[in-house]
Amino acid sequence: MTAVETAPAAGRRRRGSRAELSDRSRAERRLGLILSAPAVLVMLIVTAYPLVNALYLSLFRYRITAPDDREFVGLANYGTALTDSLFWQDVLTTFLITFVTVAVELVIGFALAMVMHRALVARRTVRTAILLPYGIVTVISAFAWRYAFDLQSGFVNSWFGLGDYAWFAGRWSSLFVIVLSEIWKTTPFVSLLLLAGLAQVPRDLGEAATVDGATAWQRLRRVTIPNMKAAILVAVLFRTLDAWRIFDNVFVMTSGQNQTETLSFLTYRQTITRTAIGLGDAVGVLLFLSVVLIAVVFIRGFRVDLSQVKGEK
Amino acid sequence: MVESAGRNRRTARAGRRRAGPGPVAAALVLLASGLVACGGGGGVPTLSWYVNPDDGGQAKLATACSKASGGRYKISTSVLPQDATQQREQLVRRLAAKDSGIDIMSLDPVFVAEAANAGFLRPFPANQAKQFTEGVFPAAVENSTWDGRLYAAPFWAGTQLLWYRKSVAKKAGVDPAAPGFTWDQMIDAAVRTGTTVGVQGNKYEGYMVWINALVESAGGQIIGAAQKGDDAAIEIGSPAGRQAATIVSKLARSKAASPSLSTDDEERARFLLNGSRGGFMVNWGYVWRAEKGDAESGVIPKTIPSDLGWARYPRVSAGQPSKPPFGGIELGIGAYGKYKNTLAVDAVKCLTSTPNMKRYMIDSGNPAARAVVYDDPEIKKEFPMAGLIRDSINAAAPRPITPYYGDVSGAVQSRWHPPASVDPATTPGRSATFIRQVLHDQALL
Repeated sequence: MTAVETAPAAGRRRRGSRAELSDRSRAERRLGLILSAPAVLVMLIVTAYPLVNALYLSLFRYRITAPDDREFVGLANYGTALTDSLFWQDVLTTFLITFVTVAVELVIGFALAMVMHRALVARRTVRTAILLPYGIVTVISAFAWRYAFDLQSGFVNSWFGLGDYAWFAGRWSSLFVIVLSEIWKTTPFVSLLLLAGLAQVPRDLGEAATVDGATAWQRLRRVTIPNMKAAILVAVLFRTLDAWRIFDNVFVMTSGQNQTETLSFLTYRQTITRTAIGLGDAVGVLLFLSVVLIAVVFIRGFRVDLSQVKGEK
Repeated sequence: MVESAGRNRRTARAGRRRAGPGPVAAALVLLASGLVACGGGGGVPTLSWYVNPDDGGQAKLATACSKASGGRYKISTSVLPQDATQQREQLVRRLAAKDSGIDIMSLDPVFVAEAANAGFLRPFPANQAKQFTEGVFPAAVENSTWDGRLYAAPFWAGTQLLWYRKSVAKKAGVDPAAPGFTWDQMIDAAVRTGTTVGVQGNKYEGYMVWINALVESAGGQIIGAAQKGDDAAIEIGSPAGRQAATIVSKLARSKAASPSLSTDDEERARFLLNGSRGGFMVNWGYVWRAEKGDAESGVIPKTIPSDLGWARYPRVSAGQPSKPPFGGIELGIGAYGKYKNTLAVDAVKCLTSTPNMKRYMIDSGNPAARAVVYDDPEIKKEFPMAGLIRDSINAAAPRPITPYYGDVSGAVQSRWHPPASVDPATTPGRSATFIRQVLHDQALL
């Protein structure tokens, strides 16, 4: 009750700088907060505890298998990770994988979204066929690609007449296969998000542009893409965050050999394989911070766009 | 086998007799049998034994010992992943979570110290320890002991031999079985005859086995005072380490090196020995069985087994006997199991009894951990080199016994791989620095 009374007062105070919110939208906002509170609470319990625990443990020199040697070292583990060439090599590998997959997926995903959007016949079949790879478990798809490129069981070499070229013996050829399988697997996800964006573009805008004599390319660049900017950014954000944490493909195909190790694989090896909990958690926290950084950068970009959309209305 | 079965039945009967008179005791017996029934599901308590993959030899032993227990327990086996590193990973993960479902586990010797130090294994009290170490090879006992206590029961013991083609040795004019045969002589002989020296040069545990055997044979060690854990003395930068590096680098840069040396494992080395450039190879004892089997099934020419010679692991310097690698499996008892002080101990006793070691050796080809087995006529017939294996294991040097073994091995592999990049002047020293950094969390591995 008090909240209802004080809310308009707060609105009045802010009147000078921002447009006044109506009582109704204020009530809606409060309802929204109340409705999402339980979910936020659960998330805090299941993610905040492990996170804080990891932060705490990252300040120790600590191995599960040598519990008595535990020692507080402050931020030394972060110093070790950040000055280690292996860490930066893995950052570079992760960045390359992320950059290439997201860029390629965006282009192919857009083309597929157009196909799904425009398909006149067998619409359902077309959509199902395009979305199929996304329904396959990543580990299974990783094994399928590994066996396809394998020297003994693979068919790729015989298809392209490559003889006994060992794909997983070199850094770039391994990364090529990893990126390829990642693109195959997640492009449908991007195209699905873009399809939703395409559906939001008002049809009459395109028609008006056609009447004005715009070519197909001009319509795409000046009408369609600007109108689905939000959907594109959502797709890029989700995929970037996903790709940045890539693990399964690398684990199955190369186990990080030949400099194909990614950041999450490095974390896994330090914590799980070496049981160096302190150092591993430090790397894990750094990975988490980089994810937060990516998200913040993107969401800031969003805000600008979202307000633009509102302003147009 | 029969002997231990008899013993078990006798103790079981004694137990029952003690609980015999009086209604209270009878009630207790009823209660106890009820509890046992709850634990075992089918009435008989089940012990779960995590085994390394071995084509079913350990599963057979489990069945035999279950039968011999006269219904006191049943051993069921669960197979661990293929390679030793992944086996360790799974066991550590389960035991760190205090998994009570692990009663017995087959451990690679190098990981006993780590598991013992972490409190994952139930130590054997001194009065029990004796029966597990009596007549057992010293390296196996050393590897099963941590901080003065026995934490695992030696089950089988492996070592590497020098395998060679007799025709090649003859052509080169060398006798690998002669006492003073060295790595230098072997590499030179292979170069002279246009053949190869097969070793394990892939970036994996097998490469560490080779490096450790070379350092030990040169009279040094990779780590000294290993019981100090992460403050152990790193000695790989010593003259012995440099001698080892000289041999690795000489072989890797010579014509006697395998074309795929940097990715060669045990099987690849054996493949090389059977090929047209096959000459010499260091490898584990399984080679004999594998070669005979392959010749019988026509995978390799039938003439190869009769041309196959074997000798003690080559020396680093002529005047100093070699210290062959040591491997095998030790049986540990999980610290969180329900039967860790009772049935699990009995089961391990049965599994590691001398007759069962012999049975397992014949079944799987893996050498027994007790020297007496090698005098058995059946073993001598099945393994013509049984005496050599026994003497080699007796002289074998374990890899560093430290709770940080995985880190030490990984750090050495990281700096010594690929073999052709090894520089005797710098590699040993650099690897020593790196091991120290990794042990103190000053570098990522």
